[in-house]
Amino acid sequence: MNGIDLLGMEDLSRADIETFLETATHMQEIGRRDVKKVPTLRGRTIVNLFFESSTRTRTSFEIAGKRLSADVVNFTPSASSLSKSESILDTAKTLDAMDPDAVVIRHGVAGVPKRIADELSAPVINAGDGAHEHPTQALLDLLTVYEEKERIDGLTVTIIGDIAHSRVARSNIQGFLKMGAEVRVAGPPTMIPAQVETLGVKAFGSLREAIDGADVVMALRIQRERLSGAFVPSIREYAATFGLDRAKLRFAKDDAIVMHPGPVNRGVELAHDLADRRPSVVLDQVRNGVALRMAVLYLLAGRHRERAL
Amino acid sequence: MSSDPPVQSSRVRAESRSADAVSEGVPAHVVLDDVAIGRALMRIAHEVVERNDDLASLYLVGVPNGGVPLARRLAANLGEVADLDPLVGILDTTLYRDDLVGEGARPLLRKTEMPSAVDDRVVILVDDVCSTGRTVRAAMDALMDFGRPRAVQVVALVDRGHRELPIKIDYVGKNIPTRHGDLVKLLMEGASGDERLRVVVEQEGSR
Amino acid sequence: MRVRIQGGRVIDPGSGRDEVADVLLEDGRVVAVGRGLESSEAEVIDASGSWVTPGFIDLHTHLREPGLEYKEDIASGGRAAVAGGFTTIACMANTDPVNDDPSVTDYILDQAKQDAPGKVLPIAAATKGLEGKVMTEMSALVDAGAVAFSDDGRTIMDSGIQRRVLEYSRLVGKPVIVHAEDRTLCGDGVVNEGPVSTRLGLPGNPAVAETVLVARDIQLAELAGAHVHIAHVSTAGAVDLIRDARARGVHVTAEVTPHHLTLTDEATLGFDTNTKMAPPLRSARDLQACLEGLADGTIDAIATDHAPHAVHEKEVEFTEAPPGILGLETGFAVVLELVRSGGLTPSQLVAALTSGPAAVLGLPVGRLEPGAPGDVLVIDPERRWTYDPSKGFSKSRNSPWAGQELVGRVETSFVDARLVYHADRGVLMP
Repeated sequence: MNGIDLLGMEDLSRADIETFLETATHMQEIGRRDVKKVPTLRGRTIVNLFFESSTRTRTSFEIAGKRLSADVVNFTPSASSLSKSESILDTAKTLDAMDPDAVVIRHGVAGVPKRIADELSAPVINAGDGAHEHPTQALLDLLTVYEEKERIDGLTVTIIGDIAHSRVARSNIQGFLKMGAEVRVAGPPTMIPAQVETLGVKAFGSLREAIDGADVVMALRIQRERLSGAFVPSIREYAATFGLDRAKLRFAKDDAIVMHPGPVNRGVELAHDLADRRPSVVLDQVRNGVALRMAVLYLLAGRHRERAL
Repeated sequence: MSSDPPVQSSRVRAESRSADAVSEGVPAHVVLDDVAIGRALMRIAHEVVERNDDLASLYLVGVPNGGVPLARRLAANLGEVADLDPLVGILDTTLYRDDLVGEGARPLLRKTEMPSAVDDRVVILVDDVCSTGRTVRAAMDALMDFGRPRAVQVVALVDRGHRELPIKIDYVGKNIPTRHGDLVKLLMEGASGDERLRVVVEQEGSR
Repeated sequence: MRVRIQGGRVIDPGSGRDEVADVLLEDGRVVAVGRGLESSEAEVIDASGSWVTPGFIDLHTHLREPGLEYKEDIASGGRAAVAGGFTTIACMANTDPVNDDPSVTDYILDQAKQDAPGKVLPIAAATKGLEGKVMTEMSALVDAGAVAFSDDGRTIMDSGIQRRVLEYSRLVGKPVIVHAEDRTLCGDGVVNEGPVSTRLGLPGNPAVAETVLVARDIQLAELAGAHVHIAHVSTAGAVDLIRDARARGVHVTAEVTPHHLTLTDEATLGFDTNTKMAPPLRSARDLQACLEGLADGTIDAIATDHAPHAVHEKEVEFTEAPPGILGLETGFAVVLELVRSGGLTPSQLVAALTSGPAAVLGLPVGRLEPGAPGDVLVIDPERRWTYDPSKGFSKSRNSPWAGQELVGRVETSFVDARLVYHADRGVLMP
């Protein structure tokens, strides 16, 4: 790992990923106790800095922090730094002066967690930056697949949807590739980023070909505003061509699992009966999110970077 | 968490890490071999039976890594001595440690597997080496998160002194006086359940 | 007052000279260039081991005055220019108010006369308010001193209006400078579309956004019989289009920036907003094509696109930061690297900074011949220095080269035979 932050799957080695996953498996045990709390981060402060609202991810980090006995503070600045005429670096310096032990950042623009990390002595955990990375989502997805398949090496993973605008796709591509899986992507051509093969994946225009023989089929959440003509003619057409249902899933392996980072647009990305019933593991993903984020906070919170002033 | 791995569960990694591997080429002398350890655990089993009235409520809890095979052997000895089949749990104390601060990488977690709550049980914590008493302190805190035990007693295969907390060991396999900087380790070889154990001392300065 | 610059390597592509010689300046002009020149009462500058070149000409700067003086003004930009060897700079019209009226052109020239140690040439807007709708009064603007017309970053997207602008420019015989980016194709792109944008998840700006516009404006210039100048070429496709057009006689000229010649989009992998430009940094292949275009004469000039922005404007989200970087003080050292790496000869490099841009605007400067203006540089091509924008002359600091060691430095700059900059003494105003 590069230093003390978790900014993206791109920075992690396979061994780093294994450490996060293995630690998370031990954290899962705490979630099964009556007293779901350990004193590990007592007296430590974790700041949830969410420039972009995301109740699910923020709550998941908040529960994770609280199960480790940290004080979790939610800080939700409105809109972009421009509207407050406060630069990102000012935000970072202000935070730094409050001596947090970890800062969890969600921002609508790629690169902001990195820029803040450059100014902060506490570890920065990227909770999603624009269409760039969402490493804790990828790690919890890896954990979920590991639980189901007991391996990742050699699996075929197909990611479907708006690859171009998806941080979940980018982080999962990196994560699954580093752990030895084959990764395919599929989606409308307008939603496949330029030269996507440079990421190490194969791109498919047809859903059926993309999921042929897949062990894991991951549907991405689609922003509805992109389905009204700008990238795809209509929601109906998207659901018909790239929405996943049990009939289409037949082309995948018999024991294939279906994943989705949530929240699901039922009837768009996943058919209604695939949203939360087997072979969908969507709720396991949510459950694993807390354990995985506990692992991340345990391994990073309280460490500080050496900085030349 | 269903497997029964040697001391350390490692689900994700291909090969398991051994936290207590012998450092190559370091002179270490054996202070307890497998036979001596067996003898000590048998004596402790007798002492446990002598000291406790409600033998049915016994609950052995091994502290990883070394306490786990010791707890398992002690349970077998109790079966032999008093026809008991006590519950055996595994309780990692890492998240309760008092030294998780600073810049360094955090210690890796180990398995916790408590088959039931500890309410109204006589819990016997089993650890390999007791020195400062901090691990026992952490283990007791961890234990309280699994209920309210009627009593907690502590087994240490080796008590090497240098206590920093007011912790008393109820059952000691062997007292081994050491210098502060010496290292005392329980080493394990062989498959879990059929492992051979020995305790070695690496003296300060020889490392 | 006479000055004899003695014993330097005189590199003057405009007159085909590259040899050790003396340069004699007097009364604002070059009076002689040759070996062993004798002159009494001359101040002698020993240039042995140094290069002696005409003062550089920068076709593309943003001096921000009037209206945006918190970023830069004519005085600070003018000092930065002579410190970097640029004795003549053309400045873009996107000030506040826009330079779309002779009164603004007059103002810029008045300020320059008062504050700038070098020569400042205003480029006027092609359309009023840079709105792409109503043409500016080109004739009046040229009378006031405008040397070219451009809406620069506010590219005229309406092809019909662009056609009229080009046609009308023939009346005044000045080039129309085009920032060739099709805004509908750029979308909200902030980095080159390709592996880097895909990896970073930042919106991509495709190379075709440039080539589509270059193709359009070459055809419109051909139709109109006008002179179009393509600003900051950044793509291999644009270089090819310009090369073909020149071969068939279209009056198209072009410039390229130091950053597009030396940095690729991979510089953006750390999200440094000082790597955000318009057009964006491109691929290694594009960079190579620009270099080849410069070497073979397809591209006429190196222009810095000096674009000062205040620190707080750049310390924001990558997508929100204004594009552009400083260029005047680092430009020469940055492109000198191309000589060391073998991409350009010294003569090709100096041509792109002197005779090349002079020809684009039809300027009398950019060569060292008797009677030419006494704009001369003495350059130490080996001198190592560390660029610290906070100690530079510009008011802004937005540079990807901040803190880096650069090689090659202008030691002295003369404007009209007057010493205006000395590396150890700073800018000297009369």
